[in-house]
Amino acid sequence: MIWTNAIIQGLLTGGLYALLACGLSLIFGVMRIVNLSHGDFSILAAYGVVALAMHTNLILAIVLVLPVMALLGYLLQRGVLNRSLSKGALAPLLITFAFSIIIQNILLQVFSSDNRSVQSGRFASMSFKITKNLQIGALPLFTFIVGVLLTLGLHYFLTYSRVGRALRASSDDPGAADLVGINNKHIYGIATAIGLFAAGIGGVLFGMRTQFAPSFGPIALIFAFESVIIGGLGSLWGTLIGGIVLGIGQSIGAQIQPSYGVLAGHLVFIAILILRPQGLMPKQKGK
Amino acid sequence: MVELKSKKVLAGVLASVMALTLATQSGASAGSVKTLTVGFVSPQTGPLAGFGEADKYEVNQMTAYFKKNPIMVGSSQYNVKVILKDAPNSAAASTAASDLINNDNVDLILASSTPDIVNPVSDQCEANAVPCITTVAPWQAYYFGRQKDPAHPVAFKWTYHFFWGLEDVMATYEDMWSKVTTNKKAGALWPNDPDGQAWSGANGFPATTKTIGVSVTDPGLYPDGTQDFTSQISAFKSAGDQILLGVPIPPDFTTFWNQAVQQGYKPKIATIGKALLFPSAIEALGKNGQNLGTEVWWHPTSPFKSSLTGQSAKALAAAYEKDTKKQWTQPLGFSHALFEVMAAAVKSAGSTDKAKVAKAISKLKVNTVVGTVDFTAGPVPNVAKTPLAGGQWRAGVNGHKYDLVIVSNKTAPMVPLGGKVQALN
Repeated sequence: MIWTNAIIQGLLTGGLYALLACGLSLIFGVMRIVNLSHGDFSILAAYGVVALAMHTNLILAIVLVLPVMALLGYLLQRGVLNRSLSKGALAPLLITFAFSIIIQNILLQVFSSDNRSVQSGRFASMSFKITKNLQIGALPLFTFIVGVLLTLGLHYFLTYSRVGRALRASSDDPGAADLVGINNKHIYGIATAIGLFAAGIGGVLFGMRTQFAPSFGPIALIFAFESVIIGGLGSLWGTLIGGIVLGIGQSIGAQIQPSYGVLAGHLVFIAILILRPQGLMPKQKGK
Repeated sequence: MVELKSKKVLAGVLASVMALTLATQSGASAGSVKTLTVGFVSPQTGPLAGFGEADKYEVNQMTAYFKKNPIMVGSSQYNVKVILKDAPNSAAASTAASDLINNDNVDLILASSTPDIVNPVSDQCEANAVPCITTVAPWQAYYFGRQKDPAHPVAFKWTYHFFWGLEDVMATYEDMWSKVTTNKKAGALWPNDPDGQAWSGANGFPATTKTIGVSVTDPGLYPDGTQDFTSQISAFKSAGDQILLGVPIPPDFTTFWNQAVQQGYKPKIATIGKALLFPSAIEALGKNGQNLGTEVWWHPTSPFKSSLTGQSAKALAAAYEKDTKKQWTQPLGFSHALFEVMAAAVKSAGSTDKAKVAKAISKLKVNTVVGTVDFTAGPVPNVAKTPLAGGQWRAGVNGHKYDLVIVSNKTAPMVPLGGKVQALN
C-alpha cells in the first residue's frame, strides 16, 4: 500500500513537472530555443497573481495574469528573440539567460526576498480519502488534471487549427512556410506566447503548492528541463510522460531512502540520455 | 569650439575637485573627526536574502547615528563609514571580504546570516589579519566548521562570533514538547545540508532525546528542494509520531506541511528551525501555520536595550516597522548588536590598530539589544553566547497577520513568556 501511495503521489507531482515543462517543450519544438528563463517566467506569473490577489479574488487574478504572460511572450519574441535567431544557436540562449537574471532582480526589487505563496485557502490542504493509507490532495489532483488537459488542448490546437498548422509548418521548414505566405516571425511570437502562458499556469500551481522567492526560477527550470529531455525534445505528449516518469522516479527513490528522491529523478534523466537520447516519445519528423 | 569648451569645463571640474580634496585633507589633519571604515558582508540577494533584509536598514540607521555621535577612540573622535557588500552565496562572501580588505582597506569587518556567509568571511579575515565580528549562525557551525581538524580545535586570532548553539535549541524544543501530552514519538525532517547534518548528528538531537524518553523516527536526510514528501509522511503516520521536529528550508516545509495535511498526518506539536523564522513564511502557510513552533533568538519583548542608541528591543522593532512598513524580523536585533560590539571593541581598544582591536574583542563584555555578549565566558574561545527562547506563531494583533509568541524560556529565563505552549489543532 505504501508503494501504491508513493506511485500515485509521484504521478500527481509529475503533473506539476509536466505543466512547468510543456511551454519549454513547445518553444524548443518550434524555434529550437532553449529558454533558460522559463522557470523565472513561471515565478514571475506566480508573483503577478500574488500581487493581484491582494486586490481581487484569486481566480480573477489568475485569469488576468495569464493573458499578460502570453502578451509578454509575444512581445519578447517579436522584439528581442526574433532578432537573434539568425545569429546562431548561442545568441538566443544567452538572451534567455539574460531574461532570467533581469526577472530575478526585478522581482527582488519589487517584492523583496520574502518567501511568498499563492494563497488558495482550504484548497491547498483539502483531500479525498481513498483508503486508510491513501489520501489524494485536491491541489495535486487538480494540477495533474490541468497538465493533462493543457497537453490535450495544445495537441488539438497544433493538429487541427489553422494557426497550429502554421506553427508546425514553421517548425518543420521555415523557408517553405515563408514561401506559402506564413509570417514566421508572427508564428514564433505566438509560440512563445503559448509557451509563457503555459509557464504561467505551472508557476501559479507551483506557487500554491509551496513557497517561492525571486531566486526560485532555476529550481523550477531543472525539473521542467528534465521532463522535456526524458519525454523527447519538442514532443508535447512526451513532455507529459516525461514529467510523470520524473515524478514517479523521485517518489519511488524517496520511498527506498529519502536522500535518493531527487537523485533518483536525476538518475532516470541520465539513464534516458544514455540509453535513449531521443527521449521516450520523440517528435516524429515530417508529421 | 565644442572641444575647447569641454576642456575648459574639465579644467574647472578638476580644479574644484583638487580644492575639495585639499580642504578635506586639511580638515583631517586638524584632528577633528577621523573615519573608521567598516565592511559589512550580508546576503542582500539570493536564497538567503531574508536573513539580510534588516542589514541594509541598520547600516543606514547606524551611519546616521555615528555621524551625530562619533565614537571616542583614545583622544580622537571617529565617524563610521560602512561599506555594505552583497553576498548571495559562500563564494561571493569570500570575494566580498577580500575586496573589502584589499581595495577598501577596511579597519574591521562585520558579517551576518548563516554559516554559508559568516564562515568564508571569517576565514578571509583570519588569513589577512583583519578583525572580524560575525553573528546569526549557530556557534558550532562557526567554530568547528572552520577548523582544519574539528577534533582538535585551535582558537582564532582575528575573528569573533556571537549567537546561540545547538544545545540551546535542543533544550528549548524539548521543553516545548514536555508541555503537551504526547506519546513521546517524534518524526524528524532532516535535510541533507550543514544544519540537517548537525541537528541529526551524534551531538545533535539524538544525543538528548533518548535521555528524555522520546523516540525519533528518522527517515534519513533528504535533499533541499524536494517536491514530494510522501515517503516521510508515510513513515511518520505509520510510527504515529505526535511530535514533529526539523530544520528544513522554508519552501520545503511549506511543501511538506501542505502534503502532510492533505495526506492526513497531524502531529500534536511541531518545532521547526530555520523554515519558520520569518513572518512571510507563516503568511505563506495561511491558517495551517497556527501554533507551529520555532526558535526565538530575538523578540521585541526581550528585556534588553541598545548600548548605543538606548533603544529597547521594542523601540528598535517599532522604529523598523515604522520606517520600512514591514513586520520586524529576528535578524534585526543582531544586525544592530554587530554595530554595538564593533563600537565597544574600538572604544575599549583605544586605538584603531587592528591587532589591538582584535585583542580588545577577546576581552569584551557588552550589554547589547540581543543580551549580554561576553567573549570571556564563551563555550569556546572566539565565541559569545546569546539567549535563545522558543515561540509559536499565532494569529496576530497590532496589525500583524501572525505574531511570534514566546512560550518557552528554559535556557533564557530573562526573556518573558508571552503565553503557554498550545497543541496543534
